Amino acid sequence: MYQYDQYDQAMVDARVAEFRDQCERRLKGELSEDQFKPLRLMNGLYLQLHAYMLRVAIPYGTLSAKQMRMLGHIGRKYDRDYGHFTTRQNIQYNWIKLEDAPDILADLATVEMHAIQTSGNCIRNISSDQFAGAAADEIADPRPWAELLRQWSSFHPEFSYLPRKFKIAVIASEEDRAAMRLHDIGIQLVHNDAGELGAKFYVGGGMGRTPMIAPEIRDFVPADELIHYAEACLRVYNRYGRRDNKYKARIKILVHELGKDEYTRQVEEEFAHMKTLGLNPPVAELERISTYFADPDFDQNAPDDLDMSDPDFRIWVEQNTHAHKQSGYAIATISLKPTGGIPGDASSDQIDLMADLAEQYSFDELRVTHSQNIVLPHVKKADLYALWQKLDAAGLAPANLDLVSDMIACPGLDYCSLANARSIPLAQKISERFADVKRQQDLGELKLKISGCINACGHHHAGHIGILGVDKKGFENYQLSLGGSGAEDTSLAKITGPGFDEDGIVDAVETVTNLYLKTREDGERFIDTYRRIGMAPFKEALYG
Amino acid sequence: MKIVTGNDLKTGDVIWWSGGETWSRHLGDAIDAGDEAEAVAAREEAAMRVNVPYIVPCEQSDQGPMPLHIKDRVRAFGPTVRADLAINTNIPIVKG
Ligand code: HEM
Ligand code: SF4
Repeated sequence: MYQYDQYDQAMVDARVAEFRDQCERRLKGELSEDQFKPLRLMNGLYLQLHAYMLRVAIPYGTLSAKQMRMLGHIGRKYDRDYGHFTTRQNIQYNWIKLEDAPDILADLATVEMHAIQTSGNCIRNISSDQFAGAAADEIADPRPWAELLRQWSSFHPEFSYLPRKFKIAVIASEEDRAAMRLHDIGIQLVHNDAGELGAKFYVGGGMGRTPMIAPEIRDFVPADELIHYAEACLRVYNRYGRRDNKYKARIKILVHELGKDEYTRQVEEEFAHMKTLGLNPPVAELERISTYFADPDFDQNAPDDLDMSDPDFRIWVEQNTHAHKQSGYAIATISLKPTGGIPGDASSDQIDLMADLAEQYSFDELRVTHSQNIVLPHVKKADLYALWQKLDAAGLAPANLDLVSDMIACPGLDYCSLANARSIPLAQKISERFADVKRQQDLGELKLKISGCINACGHHHAGHIGILGVDKKGFENYQLSLGGSGAEDTSLAKITGPGFDEDGIVDAVETVTNLYLKTREDGERFIDTYRRIGMAPFKEALYG
Repeated sequence: MKIVTGNDLKTGDVIWWSGGETWSRHLGDAIDAGDEAEAVAAREEAAMRVNVPYIVPCEQSDQGPMPLHIKDRVRAFGPTVRADLAINTNIPIVKG
């Protein structure tokens, strides 16, 4: 894992001290709310529906056991004993007191964490593949690249007042586990014909009210030009992005309005100019960072066989573990989606337990996934059974990864002041309706995603089944859409037709899954059947 | 009728104006501010007894003033999915 150097630590500590002073001045009335709001937002502190909310950055979703334990401690000491893991691989606390906020940030700083750039029109926390450094199918570990981008983008003065927020994802395998093409910049590490490692750039994706899939604008950027190229992409945006209209201010609108070719031309022109400045950090820096992400000390002789005589364990292994690049090891995903639970929520005790298990079984490491789960990236197969038993005892072993009950759901109207409708109760009802895991396994991979408003924090545009909460004359109403994907086959879901009330939408989900079961061909997932037969039969089944 | 709400500056708690210089965490204590609503909000914010106040249109119910908009009813209730953290669980979220 990356470790702060003295500059990182000094910057974060200075920021805590600065914020402490700002909070004190606010509490004494020396700063008005109008003056204070931009300052608190720069430190991740929002005022939400019920209280202050703190969003803590988890760079590329990677955590050490010590950092995870700190997240549990913050929930216990300053919040109400839990936290909410988000689609951007961060954690949010919903019940923060203003007077505690500086102490929380100081506690976080002791484990090299902060809440900087988790809000506002800047480059936000960089997301990545939760299996980075462990996946059998990756060509390199994307995290050193993400870390280089993090260092470049942290406190970058030129990009601290962009037209709008800016999100970057970095992946390094063909399978996209990070919704890469739905980011402002999506970077995929690739080899060129000469076998050198570099990056493919996709620019102008996003969700929100105008969802767009990022087009590829360059198929290979050499490693020693990565920062220059990213900087060129941002410079063109910073100059021409629509600052006049908040709803048109994201880079996706600029790329769309200019056209991919013209945007690319301008980026290339800026890139040529950037190269004359020679500001790109040398490859040696990337190599230096990479040393922090070296493989842990894997047991080269770890046995590959696994006793799966316990049927419940077998289901969990089938569903929640993935192939590791090292033989004898597996990647284990801890689902935060129990039947009837709140997607992404974990109690402080559960957070502590996951930290302990990471220490014991996963070389001290955890990951947060964009689908609001936690990963133990490096577990010996021989330890899986013991791990599973401990998880199960703590309610952390739902065997439902990528199944219908492994939903993404934003906080919705239960917590969010921008919401039109509640998302969590829907997620709970749907998971109860489909509680039988055999039934879920029969339905196969099915990504259901729920947002409480058009901002799309719950990725509903990218759901095989997407649900969007809307306000219909003062009542909560839900639009159903089908056919989205945030994976390597990225697509945007289409609305089926008129919306449903809370019970109606649960029935509607069952109606479309029943149609799938009836019409699927061998090996087809829900999304494949939808793509083959189209919307019409689903409409017919729903609205008759 | 109109009531005034906002958050406690220090704790962030949702609070409701309950007359004079008093604020309550319970919607049931809220009183009609009528034509004074704007003035109450401005005065109380200036005195730092409330943060980011705003006015909530309400109707009279058996339980006192009831916000017309669902968002304010959820604010008064607390998260509807965590009864253990909610404060005013008698409030009907979905009307009608
Ligand atoms: C509760 C406080 C939150 C607020 C005020 C908020 C606000 C917003 C807004 C305004 C947008 C639209 C941005 C645009 O289209 O320009 C957005 C998008 C998004 N938010 Fe949130 N959000 C909140 C919570 C969350 C949570 C909890 C998550 C993760 C579960 C999340 C993840 C995202 C994602 C993934 C997007 C869409 C990607 C994109 O930026 O295009 N947000 N959010
Ligand atoms: S999608 Fe809307 S309701 Fe959900 S968290 Fe984002 S802003 Fe809030």
